[in-house]
Amino acid sequence: MLDKEARIDWLIKRVAQEFKTGDVVNLGIGIPTRVANALPEGIKIILQSENGYMGVGPVPEAGKEDPDIVNAGGQYATILPGGCSFDSAMSFAIIRGGHVDATVLGALQVDEDGNLASWMIPGKMVPGMGGAMDLVVGARRVIVAMEHAAKNGGIKVLKKCTLPLTASRQVNLIVTDMGVIEVTPKGLVLREIAPGLTFAEVQACTEAILLTPESEIVEV
Amino acid sequence: MTKVISPEEAISKIKNGMTIMVGGFIGCGAPSQLLEEVCRKQVKELTLIANDTGILGDAMSQLIVQRCVNKLIATHIGTNKETGRQMSVGELEVKLIPQGTLVEQIRAAGAGLGGILTPTGIGTLVEEGKQKLVVNDTEYLLELPVRANVALLNAYKADKAGNLVYRRAARNFNPLMATAAETVIAQVDRIVEVGEIDPDEVMTPGIFVDYLVQKQPREVSSVG
Repeated sequence: MLDKEARIDWLIKRVAQEFKTGDVVNLGIGIPTRVANALPEGIKIILQSENGYMGVGPVPEAGKEDPDIVNAGGQYATILPGGCSFDSAMSFAIIRGGHVDATVLGALQVDEDGNLASWMIPGKMVPGMGGAMDLVVGARRVIVAMEHAAKNGGIKVLKKCTLPLTASRQVNLIVTDMGVIEVTPKGLVLREIAPGLTFAEVQACTEAILLTPESEIVEV
Repeated sequence: MTKVISPEEAISKIKNGMTIMVGGFIGCGAPSQLLEEVCRKQVKELTLIANDTGILGDAMSQLIVQRCVNKLIATHIGTNKETGRQMSVGELEVKLIPQGTLVEQIRAAGAGLGGILTPTGIGTLVEEGKQKLVVNDTEYLLELPVRANVALLNAYKADKAGNLVYRRAARNFNPLMATAAETVIAQVDRIVEVGEIDPDEVMTPGIFVDYLVQKQPREVSSVG
């Protein structure tokens, strides 16, 4: 089995394979942000930042930060040639209006109906939803990219989310450090398993029943 | 008519208990000098409408730290722990709204609309207590206009007629808020003569802007 960092790298590279050239993509903070550096050779996507620009570029060199360019997490960023800036109404017209091909974001919980919980833990952590609810409702594809288990070992891929939802039935794909899970009308299909793991090991860390691609075909 | 005034004069327009809108996104494009003046003058019991409450230590965060605000309408408060603390002990009333919804509520107020219909928040806590409408088989939430007594904005450049130009990601909520408050005050890096801004470059028409405040100079490497 790969060590933890290698498994996260696997997950990031795997998410990066989901795009084609020209896709407009919004990447969340944390693991999703790293997808931008893992795109297959020749694939060029357009990154949108919900605070108001298109064409998110690399982190600026030290000393070259522009106070007027930050990413959605508030860190200094850059805008690539050909990019453009706009106000928040335009930004969310792009997001909510179905003009973003895919959004990649982390999750606290996700379930077999494609429900997502990512914005609060009642009584403990209430940061707010920011742009996440609009992104999850508006993007054409919603990809959850996260570690399969919580830091305390808790299970995150559930039969039913127990935390307040970010959106109902919007998740299409769940990519974790253990595998690639597609949300289908029949349930969660484990499409790929991370190197060195078995189906049973992934299922053991998952509350929802995982289907194999074969079982899905037989039953249809 | 737009007037150029001092930060002190500008903040004298804000009275205790008013509702203010403040532009910016985690500090970027926030009117820091105006906010410092609000804190210095110790304006109290404000209702604050903003995307967030800044990062602990910046000018925006100080509105919360110095207890100028008793009601907050925002989309995200995770970058200022003091906001969460005051909320959890019941010292600050906080209403969290999806970002795309808040911006459209502000736009609706400024555009004379009775509200907007959005699919965002359906099936979540956000829908509680709100009217739902079905249009072409899709369910939407009715979200009402959001307006304020005073809007505090940040822009890069203005002419003396109040026409505003924003820079890069510092635009964010600023142009929307310019339309949705009774009194609109913008701090700007540069104030130029009427005619020096190409009409096609203007992002907020000067008719929306009541007061301009010259910001302390700062260096910006590339300008556009």
